[in-house]
Amino acid sequence: MTFRPTSAGLSSLEGKYMSAQIFKPQANGIFKIVPLIIALVAAGVVLALVGIDESPYITEVGVAKNQPVPFSHKHHVGELKIDCRYCHATVEKVAYAGYPATETCMSCHSQVWTNSPLLEPVRDSYVTGEPIAWNKIYELPDFVYFNHSIHVNKGVGCSTCHGRVDEMHLLAKNQPLYMGWCLDCHRNPEQYVRPQDQVFNMEWQPTANQAAEGARLVAEYHIRKEQLTNCYICHR
Amino acid sequence: MAQNTQPRRWNVARLTRLIWLPGLCLVLAACHLDMYQQPKGYPNDPSTFFPDGRLNRPPVPNTVAIGQFQSDPHFLQGTLADGSPATELPPNVKLDDRLLAYGRTRYEAFCMPCHGLVGDGQGIIAQRGPLTVPSLHQERLRTAPVGYFYGVITNGVGRMYGLASRVPPEDRWAIVAYVRALQLSQNASIDDVPPDQRGLIESGR
Repeated sequence: MTFRPTSAGLSSLEGKYMSAQIFKPQANGIFKIVPLIIALVAAGVVLALVGIDESPYITEVGVAKNQPVPFSHKHHVGELKIDCRYCHATVEKVAYAGYPATETCMSCHSQVWTNSPLLEPVRDSYVTGEPIAWNKIYELPDFVYFNHSIHVNKGVGCSTCHGRVDEMHLLAKNQPLYMGWCLDCHRNPEQYVRPQDQVFNMEWQPTANQAAEGARLVAEYHIRKEQLTNCYICHR
Repeated sequence: MAQNTQPRRWNVARLTRLIWLPGLCLVLAACHLDMYQQPKGYPNDPSTFFPDGRLNRPPVPNTVAIGQFQSDPHFLQGTLADGSPATELPPNVKLDDRLLAYGRTRYEAFCMPCHGLVGDGQGIIAQRGPLTVPSLHQERLRTAPVGYFYGVITNGVGRMYGLASRVPPEDRWAIVAYVRALQLSQNASIDDVPPDQRGLIESGR
């Protein structure tokens, strides 16, 4: 076939050739819109996955866990003002704050609420020696070394990480325990460090003067900032 | 059978097309959790190895943990050689303001719920529960030797449970020292206050 220009010009060209093409003119639009939709859906999926990953569904932050005995920190800490160390007695001395032995529960509950059905598992445990299997709230990966005593002794208060335990009936996680969160304090501990006699005070709040006061305490407690971000400080 | 016997050529261009393969292997090889959950035990972990299901092992009867051998009955049991309560702090416990301040933190954590802030037996548990907690300021306890308090903290007495598992010996002595200070504070007269500070008390602050 030879090309002969005619008076019909372009319109005859369309008639002869364009109609024979696979793609119709609106294909241009479709090929612009479809990749856009695919990209948006992909971005939406990624955002949704990030959202799920950051949500309490994964991080468990703020989600109260059931326990074999419905122990209320709000009642014991908030209302009765029992010191954290009464039960978590090793928190100042070793890495683990420790779950209280059943004997610790019974040191009061052999006298008060002695017939409460809620405390049946505690009395059973005391008689049989079978431990109460509390559900763990804060679980770190095994490649992280964490020591409670050094934090508590250097002015990091309980509530800085664990939140207002004195306002929680059943305990809920207060932090997702991301590494970035650890580093936030390890890079600039003066933001959070408080006087040692306030460590177990649930109501302590930083004052407007925290930057200067924190820096003073960091120096006073010999917190060596330059080593706090070494890998081996937490990974060993 | 003999039409095409020419061997396939593995030239460089063909191999470079497989460059993603080791990468994928590396990525897939990282898909495991055995660094996250290592085969080791932590305190309070459950255990499938021991029949009672716990990893913390209760001590075998009649064993003595390292550092807990009771070679010094005065320091570790609060008793003299004849078994009677010691009347003095052990020689390795130095009585100073640091010991009293430390003893106060221990007292307020472990004793205050029942015995009250000043030792009058009006702690919050005593107020809410059906129990009477003796005041530490009664004559019998004001004249009791320090070893008696140490023994009570260690082993308990009456309805009070012993605190030996939670409070180590040096902390118990700090509590004993602070209890003595409380007893003095509740039975003090103005003559006990240094003369230059009496004005502060008399002015109510």
